Amino acid sequence: MIGKKRKLKDFATRMLIYLCATFSVVLLIGIILYVFFKGIRSVNWSFLTSVTSVLKGTVGIAGNIVNTLIIIFITMLIATPIGVGSAIYLNEYAKPGKIVTAIEYATETLSGIPSIIFGLFGMMFFGEKLGLGYSLLTGSLTLILMVLPLITRNTQEALKTVPAAYRNGAIGLGSGKWHMIRTILIPSAMPGIITGSILAIGRIVGESAALLFTAGSAKLLPKGIEGLLNKPFQSGGTLTIQMYLSATSEGDFDTAFGIAVVLLVIVLLINLGTKALTKRFDVTRKE
Amino acid sequence: MNKKAFIEKTAKIIFLICAVVAIFAVCAITLYMFIKGAPALAQVGVFDLLFSSEWKPTAQTPAFGIGYIILSSVVGTSVSVLLGVPVGLLTAVFLSEMAGKKIGDVYRSAVELLAAIPSVIYGLIGMMILNPWMYKIEKIIFANDSEHSFTGGANMLSAIIVLVIMILPTVISVSASSLKAVPDSLRSASLALGATKEQTIFKVVIPAAKSGILTGAVLGIGRALGEAMAINMVAGGSVNIPLPFNSVRTLTTQLVSEMGYAQGLHRQVLFTVGLVLYIFIMIVNFALLKARKKGVAE
Repeated sequence: MIGKKRKLKDFATRMLIYLCATFSVVLLIGIILYVFFKGIRSVNWSFLTSVTSVLKGTVGIAGNIVNTLIIIFITMLIATPIGVGSAIYLNEYAKPGKIVTAIEYATETLSGIPSIIFGLFGMMFFGEKLGLGYSLLTGSLTLILMVLPLITRNTQEALKTVPAAYRNGAIGLGSGKWHMIRTILIPSAMPGIITGSILAIGRIVGESAALLFTAGSAKLLPKGIEGLLNKPFQSGGTLTIQMYLSATSEGDFDTAFGIAVVLLVIVLLINLGTKALTKRFDVTRKE
Repeated sequence: MNKKAFIEKTAKIIFLICAVVAIFAVCAITLYMFIKGAPALAQVGVFDLLFSSEWKPTAQTPAFGIGYIILSSVVGTSVSVLLGVPVGLLTAVFLSEMAGKKIGDVYRSAVELLAAIPSVIYGLIGMMILNPWMYKIEKIIFANDSEHSFTGGANMLSAIIVLVIMILPTVISVSASSLKAVPDSLRSASLALGATKEQTIFKVVIPAAKSGILTGAVLGIGRALGEAMAINMVAGGSVNIPLPFNSVRTLTTQLVSEMGYAQGLHRQVLFTVGLVLYIFIMIVNFALLKARKKGVAE
């Protein structure tokens, strides 16, 4: 028989576990509701499509949206091939040894470095040493280092799930290794690559500390095609940076909460997107 | 060499170059942190810089002591990990041992979402909700204390609460997956011997998963130590002893708030702050490696 004292103790433990478990969900729901409640009034068409200007009397974040998109574009354009290439090397070419250990250790270390350090390094190296200053390009180059481990790891996971028979089959039919990688492996690992990329985009959208001293905080819209082409070499604040500035130095909480709503919606969409993708392409799933 | 062999060779080299980028990046970052961070140590003096508590970078005779700043980071990180890990672990226990499949899935999505929320949003909410509460409490506690400088609620305690919330998702997901990996035979054996479910969890399952839980805790330390924007928004901005109701500066918030305008030696000292943070993070990374190795060995 279980004693009364034991029963009481078990009950207390169980309650404590439920309490802790409830906490995180209540927290999430609370955060989402609070942000939407406070910020939804600020979000409308002109908020999304105009630029804050005292002269015109408009409040808007269009410039920041464009900056965010440019940073995502440049970062992913460079980070995805490098990350995927690195995963392919680790999984398909490398034999276990010093080099692989070093690469894996470096990737691990890179993913543990806090974003403020990336920001500091980006400012010193890309901004000052290479003379790019405060610009979207400096910000993107910094972020490449930050999202690289994410893409590498997700691609590696995906490559591991591709059955060895695919490789042997292709090689056995006389295909070269590069041909096999291009036509068999990369398509099979595509879901993992896409998932990694979406996660990386999520990381870029939410990033602030690494961008504060690299990409700067300008919020004007580029003028015309030429302006857009020159934009990477100019300073530009992303949504998170603008939100930080609105909430602190500018004291404009309506805008801050408006941007928070936009950010939360993006995060939610990215989350749902990766979920749907993983489910759809899960090779191990039982039919 | 024929064309095909040439293509194969080129492909291999290009992939190798991609893989080496990570090594190159880590080396470059480490090198830069040391090159930029070390000179101020020599100029100000190692002891005066690291252990002195006087921080007056723009005064007539400037003083660059980051002792309190280091202390605030250490205290903030340790307290938030001490609070966050138990809560996270118990939540992970619920996830892996008690929740059914449906509730478990909903929970996992919620935790993932919490991890994905940008840190500035945590900071904003902390500013709007936590700080006013703290100010009320502060006014009651220090009502008759003329020496206390009021902070408006932006204090160490707010920073710790925000950090606890921010490390929860990491701790929960890592611990939950290591609890899940404990073989069912252990649970059955314990239950068959007459242990209750709760006894089984705390005496059998958690000890068996301890290296994974440790990994989660170390990841939490890394996240708390490196978090910058959110705590910069809630922790106030004065260099102070890290007491609960004092406005404080940590290593990260020091960089965020002064890097923009610092000049000369002041700027170099900030690079040293970055270097100290980097060394702390390297220690955490090393501990992580050890914790993972231990997990593999078991």
